[in-house]
Amino acid sequence: MDTATAHALVRFGLGHRPSDPVPADPVAWLLAQLAAPDPLAGAAPSSAEGLAALRADRKDKPPPAQSRSAALFRAGARAQLAHAVATDLPFRERLVWFWTNHFTVSVRRGQCAAVLPAFVAEAIRPHVTGRFADMLLAVMRHPAMLLYLDNASSIGPDSAAGQRSRRGLNENLARECLELHTVSPAAGYTQQDVTAFAAMLTGWSIDLRADPPGFRFRPGAHQPGTQTVLGQAFPPGEAGGLAALAFLAAHPATHRHLATQLTRHFVADEPPPAAIRAIEAVLRDTNGDLGAAAAALARLETPPGAKLRTPQELAVASLRALDLPEDRHPDLLATLAALGQPFWRAPAPNGWPDTAGDWAGPEAMVRRIDFAWTVAGRSNAPDPLALAETVQGPLLDPDTRLAMQRAASRREALTLFLAAPAFQRR
Amino acid sequence: MLTRRSALLGLTTAFGLGSARIAVAQAATDRRFVVVILRGAMDGMAAVVPYGDAALAGLRGPLVPPEPGQPDGLLDLGGRFGLHPALVNLHAMYAAGEFAPIHAVAGPYRIRSHFEAQDCLESGADHRMTSGWLNRVVAALGPTPESEALAIGVTVPLLLRGGAEVGTWAPHGPATPTTDLYARIAALNAPDPVTGTAITEGLRARGFSDAVLQGVPAERNRFAFPALAAAAGTLLATADGPRIAALELDGWDTHAAQAARVTGPLRQLDAGMAALKTSLGPIWARTTVLVMTEFGRTARINGTGGTDHGTAGVAFLLGGAVAGGRVLGTWPGLGPGQLFEDRDLAPTTDLRSVAKGALVAQFDLGAPALERIFPGSAGVAPMAGLLRV
Repeated sequence: MDTATAHALVRFGLGHRPSDPVPADPVAWLLAQLAAPDPLAGAAPSSAEGLAALRADRKDKPPPAQSRSAALFRAGARAQLAHAVATDLPFRERLVWFWTNHFTVSVRRGQCAAVLPAFVAEAIRPHVTGRFADMLLAVMRHPAMLLYLDNASSIGPDSAAGQRSRRGLNENLARECLELHTVSPAAGYTQQDVTAFAAMLTGWSIDLRADPPGFRFRPGAHQPGTQTVLGQAFPPGEAGGLAALAFLAAHPATHRHLATQLTRHFVADEPPPAAIRAIEAVLRDTNGDLGAAAAALARLETPPGAKLRTPQELAVASLRALDLPEDRHPDLLATLAALGQPFWRAPAPNGWPDTAGDWAGPEAMVRRIDFAWTVAGRSNAPDPLALAETVQGPLLDPDTRLAMQRAASRREALTLFLAAPAFQRR
Repeated sequence: MLTRRSALLGLTTAFGLGSARIAVAQAATDRRFVVVILRGAMDGMAAVVPYGDAALAGLRGPLVPPEPGQPDGLLDLGGRFGLHPALVNLHAMYAAGEFAPIHAVAGPYRIRSHFEAQDCLESGADHRMTSGWLNRVVAALGPTPESEALAIGVTVPLLLRGGAEVGTWAPHGPATPTTDLYARIAALNAPDPVTGTAITEGLRARGFSDAVLQGVPAERNRFAFPALAAAAGTLLATADGPRIAALELDGWDTHAAQAARVTGPLRQLDAGMAALKTSLGPIWARTTVLVMTEFGRTARINGTGGTDHGTAGVAFLLGGAVAGGRVLGTWPGLGPGQLFEDRDLAPTTDLRSVAKGALVAQFDLGAPALERIFPGSAGVAPMAGLLRV
């Protein structure tokens, strides 16, 4: 394995699995993954099934841990994590994780639980190599996002429903869409822009009683009148919101923001301006083609090991490196919670942080060692050093090699391998 | 089954058992056989000190405790050898005629790699096999109607892997590495500006002192191995329970500061054997325990107050039927020209002859069975007279 290949496997993938063939050409290997279909795109259970479960839970109110929603969440989360350990398309999976975090929906809002697996399968996975505008629209209409950021219950004050009730505008989704999902504060929007955009999104709601339940535009809750966002006027009705999302998706500030986030994730905590500009140009020139942006990232020349693996990346990479059979996997939901990154449970809509300083807490790092020890104890690998060389190739440094050679048991050697800086980084 | 036995044993899930494990198997016999693997290479001359050998002090003076009778002195084994002062329970068993160390023992391999040597030790051969010799003992004794796996929760050691059904028992929960391994991981990360500082601070916050982080040994969890050994005894004493058990204890790789570092593991081993005897109760009379390690350590002290990977070491036999109260084996001497490759205690007894001798006496196994258990060992005769049958 040469350095470029080893680097591609950790930076863009989830680490090498000893039983997999070593890619002959790392860039070609990455690009081929962008062309391959995602087997979990649109996979069951659907958001309609999730909403039906939520509806049934609201009717008979089981204890939260025993609800249908919680069961759907756990099954969906476990299935998608197991897929990450097993997948032959790790670059695609990393992109799924990136965009899922970009459009964070967190089960900290318990009502999202039942539709969160469907959110990733329906709104994220089909679009990670498609157009950003399509992903944005799929996200903004998805029941999970409409529940998470309260838009399902946002009502135009001057709409028919607003006139009948005391309820009104909730600008949560509109604000986060501007700030986190699209143009970012760098675009210089004002509170007036946020209010206007929130008014345009009134009526974007969920019909929980329909069969099947799902997204529904409610004209009776929609704020009448023309609205202006970032100097652009939009007509009332559902069409106005659709036009605004298309406008925001194509905005130069959005391209700059996405390019910064992508390079921060895949290149370095403080991405080089040239790298940001390169990805920004691709997004601009391709009208927001996320596959083209991913391909451009894969072609960037950058030094290895600049990023610290997140707990999620580390846990999945460890199981892949040890090639453990599934019946020896630890419960990844419990593992990720212990390591400080509970799955699909980010604290806030801005998602999990993406710099080393955020993850390298003292106790967090010691827990990584404990995790390494736990999984190392489940491995039957006869020769830890040979495994380490197969997994990391030239990224295995002499210090780690020496420490492994001096280890008193296989378990110690594998623990040292997984807890060494080279494995913590990507 | 796990649940019933766990309840039976009154064991909770909260043990910190980073350095100890057990695995058990059913077999068609009413006698019991226990093998203890000391992983990391126990220094045989630290456990059973040949204080009567005039060359000892010149080779490793700082590692040798005072002679018997002096404060913190050796526990005498008849004038030539002394047990390490930490081995008080084993010394009592020696006095009761239930414990026999066998000195200058080694397997048929001459390799100094822990992993390869442990493979050979457990395979019972001079190469790694896909099954372990203790599993082949189970197969030779034959299955029982109640044969069943206990629960596969952790890795079964190679020693007990193979065709015959085997179960492992270990409490779940937050098992953590040894302090020493934490310290090595901290050192490995020290050059990294992000992970290095964080790990050092994290360990400090968990109460590890700076001295420990710099490699000075801390007291291990002294209760882990004795607790597991007691559990093994309770399982083996159950009427329909397993008959064969393998216990593992890590922490013997004493490359530095050995005098301080070896005391903890020896104390755990000693307490563990006492706990095993107690929990077996009357079954102790029908039990034989073989304690073995992958190789011995260098005869000379090294530059960091420790010893490096060597060749011959010591094995222990203990149990109610063991013809103990004597040190077995042939002492090769430590004088000029007597060391193996001028560095290690020279091997004079094949570990397989000890194991075969114990198995013959315990289970009346014939030569064909012993040859299947230890392939290629036809020329290695079972050591005679190990048990008072």
